[in-house]
Order: sequence, then structure tokens, then C-alpha cells
Amino acid sequence: MRFLSYAWDWLKVPAQWHGSGGIPVRILEQLYYTGLSLLIAALIAIPLGILIGHTGRGAVLVVNLANAWRAIPTLGLLTLLAVTLGFSALAWLIPLVVLGIPPILVNTYEGIAGVEPELKDAARGMGMTSWQQVRKVEVPVAMPLIVLGLRTGAIFVVATATIAAYIGLGGLGRYIIDGLATDNYGEVAGGALFVVLLALAVQAIFVGVRRLAVPAGLRQQARQT
Amino acid sequence: MDWQQVPTLVWESAKLGILPALFGLIISVPLGILCARWKWFYPPVLSGASVLYAIPSLALFVVLIPYTGLTDTTVIIPLTLFSLCVLIPNVVDGLRSVPEPVRQAATAMGFGQWRRLAQVELPISVPIVIAGLRVAVVSSISLATLGQLIGVSSLGYLLIDGYQRAFLTEILVGGGLIIALAVVCDLLLVLVRRMLTPWRPPRRRREQPEAVGDPVPALAGGTP
Repeated sequence: MRFLSYAWDWLKVPAQWHGSGGIPVRILEQLYYTGLSLLIAALIAIPLGILIGHTGRGAVLVVNLANAWRAIPTLGLLTLLAVTLGFSALAWLIPLVVLGIPPILVNTYEGIAGVEPELKDAARGMGMTSWQQVRKVEVPVAMPLIVLGLRTGAIFVVATATIAAYIGLGGLGRYIIDGLATDNYGEVAGGALFVVLLALAVQAIFVGVRRLAVPAGLRQQARQT
Repeated sequence: MDWQQVPTLVWESAKLGILPALFGLIISVPLGILCARWKWFYPPVLSGASVLYAIPSLALFVVLIPYTGLTDTTVIIPLTLFSLCVLIPNVVDGLRSVPEPVRQAATAMGFGQWRRLAQVELPISVPIVIAGLRVAVVSSISLATLGQLIGVSSLGYLLIDGYQRAFLTEILVGGGLIIALAVVCDLLLVLVRRMLTPWRPPRRRREQPEAVGDPVPALAGGTP
């Protein structure tokens, strides 16, 4: 594995682990960008997805958004904002949030819209108000998809934050971009290794979140099908 | 900006977008057939695909540099792997969408296993497989522009060059062309589907995003 030996040669130098450009700092930066963007994206996308899924209004918009979103070139959005806004917090925050919203929105919408009509009827028959139906029935039933949407969104935001190093953002992408610029493949490989590990860790965390967030009754059902 | 290089860049982007989806298709049809036949085979394949999907493309590109250098191959391999995440589930769903009576009718008409697969089951799967192919091509075109960061030429050149010169028009033209290319390829695939499935009513039913089951995320197609 030539890649790993390059990465190892770079990693074992103690200097990489200290100071403002050191690996621990870069990891924290990456987590900060990712966490903040994902939080904002979720605060926008989850309520909107619940609203659209519950009322059925605006569903066409969600479907089209999903299709358009795949075509957006990440690099285009980043460079566009970097040139128009200069390097500011908004120049990276806007693309990260914008790219994080669609997977969360679409999955939340799908989850809420996919709740069996029988369940909703039963909830109404029990005398629940519209708000209670959403909170006690629809959201818990949609939880697996909402968590899946958050996971996809998180994966996207981690990846986009890496690329945002190109327009000057810190984080682990710095190593890849700087290493490429200075022909230092060891640095590129070290950075890529950490990006991969971080992406896999995020994936694993959401598998855990899913276990916590999904009601026990649904887990039973999922196992049977 | 230099307009003369635009046709070359469009061609390179088209190549980097279409080849991964085609290679992905060649790999996922046999794999999908196996997954549809042996149920135990499908979950591990899906888990593999979902782990792969989590890895950012830029990281995968640079992992491949020592092996394939700064060539198209370095971009095509990761995008092919990403396309499997959409194509395999769609091939499986397509094959599973064949109604049981149709299958039995084919058998009753004396079709063997292989002939039934080639002449009945695969043709009926075409719409779902092409839906996956559309996702794969559109995502690949968009993701291939990231190859420019390691020096693999595509329409991404206009984005990078525009950024370095703080030239907004070039970035807008680059972004516009990338989206336009994706839309054109998408429409071409819709045409291909109509030609391959003449029995379907010509008016397109509104396509819902694929039902999204764990573990392959909705809208899969690759991570930037």
C-alpha cells in the first residue's frame, strides 16, 4: 500500500501534531464547520419537511429540488461565493448549508408523507389534534428516514467542507489542497486518510443515533421485513 | 475568457460523466441479478456500497494518485464506485418489479431461465435501471469537476481559473455549462428509455424520488 506508507511517513513527524496547523486543530476545525452547517441545515430542513409532508403542499417542489441538487457543482458554488463575497464566514457557510439541506428535506418529507393513512386515521380517531398527530405519530414513524437524511447530509457537509479548503477554509482539506499545491504527496495522503476516517466515523455515529432515535416498536418491524 | 477551449472542456466533462455510469452499469447488472436471485447476497453488497458512499471523492482521488497517476482513470474509478451505490439497488428493484404472473407466463411459454431473464425480466426492469443511470450520470458530471483540483481537466477548469483570476463571468459560464451538460445527458437517457420501452405510455408519469430504504441513502450518486 504505497498510499498508506506515504501517509505514515508524514504522520509520524511530531511537528504535524502541534500548533495551529496541527492535526488535532484541523480535526476540530472540520468538526466545527460540519457541525455548525449541519445544525443550521437541519433547523431549516426538518420543520420544512414535516410541514410539506403533513400538509402535502409543495411536494412537487421537493421532488424537483432533489433532482436539481445533484447537478449543482460543489466547486462552482464555492468559487462563485468566494469571488462575490470575498473570504468570509458566509462564503463557506452558505454552500455547506445549501448542500446539506436537500437530503434532510427530501428524506423528512418522504418519511412523513409515507406514514400509513390507517395510522393517521387511528390517531385522529383517538382525538389527537393535528399537532399531536405530528408529534406523537408521524415524526416517530418517520424517524428512520429523518436520521438517514441527517446522515446523508452530514456526509455531504464533511465532503464539501474538505473541498472548501480550496477557497481558504481550514480543516483537514487544507492538507490535501496545500500538499497538492506544493507537490508534497505525503501531506496529501495524510490529509486524505484523516478525511476518510472522519467520514467513516460520521457514518458510524449516525448508525448509533438511529438506534437511539428510532422507537422500539419500529425496530421490531424493521427486523421482520 | 478563452472560448476556443470550451468544446474540449465540454467533451472532457461528458467523458468523465458518462464513462463511470457505463462502467457502473456493466458491473451492476450481473451483480444486481445475483442479488435478486440470492437474497443473502444483497445486504452485504448494500452495506459495502453505503460505506463507499460515505468517502469524499476528493479523498478517493488522491488515494488513487500513487497507482493511476494524474489521469482520467483516477477520476473514473471513484465515480464508477459511487455509481454502483445507485445502480445496484435499482437493478435489484427493477428485477423485483417484474410481476409474478408475468414470470410464470414466460415459464409456461417454455422460456428457460436465461431467456426469461434476457427477454422478459431485464426489459421490464429498464425504466427503473435508467432512472438509476440518470442519477449516476448527472452526479458524475458534477463530481468530475472536482478532478480539476488534482489537475484532471474538465469544465471544472473554468471554475478554478475563474476563481484564481476573480473573474465571475468565467465561473458562471463554467457552472452553467456543467448544469446544461447534465440536463442534456438526463434528457438523452429519457429518450433512450422511451425507445427501449415502447409499450409504456409516452406521457411521463411524475417520477417520485426512489423510495428510500436503508442503508443506501436517498439521492445517492456520490459524495463531493
